[in-house]
Amino acid sequence: MTLFAEYGQILIILACVFGLFMAWGVGANDVANAMGTSVGSRALTVKQAILIAMVFEFAGAYLAGGEVTSTIRKGIIDPGILTEAPELLVYGMLSALLAAGTWLLIASMMGWPVSTTHSIVGAIVGFAAVGISPDAVNWGKVGKIVASWVVSPVLAGSISYMLFRSVQNLILTRHDPFARAKKIIPIYMFAVGFLISMVTMLKGLKHIFKDADISMSFGECALVAVGIGLVVSAIGSVLLKRVERDEEAEKDNRFASVEKVFAVLMVFTACAMAFAHGSNDVANAVGPLAAVVSVVKSGTVEAKSIMPSWILLLGGVGIMLGLATYGFKVMGTIGRKITELTPSRGFAAELGAAATVVLASATGLPISTTHTLVGAVLGVGLARGIAALNLRVIGTIFMSWLVTLPAGAGLAIVFFFFFKGIFS
Amino acid sequence: MAFGKTIFNLFGKSPISPLQTHMSLVIACEEKLPDFLEASIANDWEKAEEIFSAISKKEDQADEMKRQLRLQLPKSLFMPLDRGDLLDLLSLQDRIANRTKDIAGLMLGRKMSIPEPLHQQMLGFVASSIEAGRQALKAINELDELLEVGFSGKEVDFVEKMIGELDHLENKTDQFEQDIRHQLFKLEQDLPPIDAIFLYQIIDMIGELADLAEGVGGRLQLLLAR
Repeated sequence: MTLFAEYGQILIILACVFGLFMAWGVGANDVANAMGTSVGSRALTVKQAILIAMVFEFAGAYLAGGEVTSTIRKGIIDPGILTEAPELLVYGMLSALLAAGTWLLIASMMGWPVSTTHSIVGAIVGFAAVGISPDAVNWGKVGKIVASWVVSPVLAGSISYMLFRSVQNLILTRHDPFARAKKIIPIYMFAVGFLISMVTMLKGLKHIFKDADISMSFGECALVAVGIGLVVSAIGSVLLKRVERDEEAEKDNRFASVEKVFAVLMVFTACAMAFAHGSNDVANAVGPLAAVVSVVKSGTVEAKSIMPSWILLLGGVGIMLGLATYGFKVMGTIGRKITELTPSRGFAAELGAAATVVLASATGLPISTTHTLVGAVLGVGLARGIAALNLRVIGTIFMSWLVTLPAGAGLAIVFFFFFKGIFS
Repeated sequence: MAFGKTIFNLFGKSPISPLQTHMSLVIACEEKLPDFLEASIANDWEKAEEIFSAISKKEDQADEMKRQLRLQLPKSLFMPLDRGDLLDLLSLQDRIANRTKDIAGLMLGRKMSIPEPLHQQMLGFVASSIEAGRQALKAINELDELLEVGFSGKEVDFVEKMIGELDHLENKTDQFEQDIRHQLFKLEQDLPPIDAIFLYQIIDMIGELADLAEGVGGRLQLLLAR
């Protein structure tokens, strides 16, 4: 293709810039939602939360982000239709990135809660359906994705509900909750370690294993995951030993010391949450970039091309930049606002959301971490665990859905014809 | 830029600690009543007026707190407690402060003197009524622990027991009330009729303080029974 020979470099650089911008936005905005619960429940300071986010978001994006990236890259659009004109896919993905980025910027300035995931998916469907042809969209897959947006908050809510009920029954209502907490919490820690490593090995590490020529059966994966879970809970137990009863605080609230134990657990769930977020949100932000690079490099719309890992790295770097430049401020404000969330609730919400997001990442479904977390928090609320929840937020979220999908799509269509005009 | 709005908007302000603060204000107001009574028995109306204005100030604060709390409880709030029961509880608590102010106000306005033979019994009666109020405050102060366990398990039994104790205190106050009325009945011939009528009214109002405290306990029970 002469177009790619002539402009290939520029196209890739453009895509990288847009992709980095998206990842920056995710880092600046979304991460605060994901990590805000930890800061809000006083389990972590803002600095610690940022540090954890940096490490685990990056790890999540790099180790487990592959499936989601590939859905965005080649799952939504039917590659068969575009074999004749691969440049359309390049324009489209560029405009999708630019559209989603622009929309996120506008929404953030106006203070609307919008989802990166929804903007990207809306933008891709928009340019493909209008700019190319409605047949170019893999509607079956899109339907699945949209369904997952409904299912994920519900699933996260159910998991969180059950987690919190188990905390009530196993720890809080017992005779000596403090001692019970120290005994039971390592089990939750094990679950965190097991879940994350299991999903990562089964799905996320595929591309790395392939490079290194390693193959593992399901049983082997499970065994390793159990090992990692045990290591995690052993580390946790050591940390838990250091937690002491706070008699002074107990005068005011008899559960003050118990919450201190849960605060330790929350450090672990915060890591899981950051990992989950990285695996899904970062991945779907850089997915279009991956599509552009693979088409320009190979000159064809080849569904099987291997995705270079530097793309996920770039996403990880972008999110870290976002955290460093803006995340601090957002996290600080959020942390101060959520004062009613105790670590025992925060953990249940975070773990429920993280589990759901990681599962979605493994199946390649791009979902919204923020909305999932909202579902999880409501789950804890249903277990009579949170003093006051403002249900109007659900209305706002629903509205932001209704607006974001057409807005992302509309902008992408405009940009698509713009790029098409410039380059051809 | 205003980033990251979603999650924190989800969390409303908890009504529990304001409710507890309100109740402790109310009880602090009520606890000034014995001093007031002693001042009136000693016929020291200057001091009584001082105490009355302190009572009045506490009552104002409680009123303001009630208004604030009502404003922060919109219908869209999802809580582990029933909103209606919570608001009822709040207004019952508030009525304890109002009643206290009424009692002090009426006694001060008429410079009411309590007949000598009733002095000791009257002080005991007021103390008993206030004891019920304190017990109600204790039960209200368990609300945050109740939230912590999600309103289930042993903690609920514990609070139930506290409410049982509260009922017991109210019964005791009723007993006092009956005795005093009986005494007053024997004395009323020798009193100016209007004074006697108002004395009956004051006794009634003091008894009502304990009834209100018992009502607070009852509302709390309703909050638990969901």
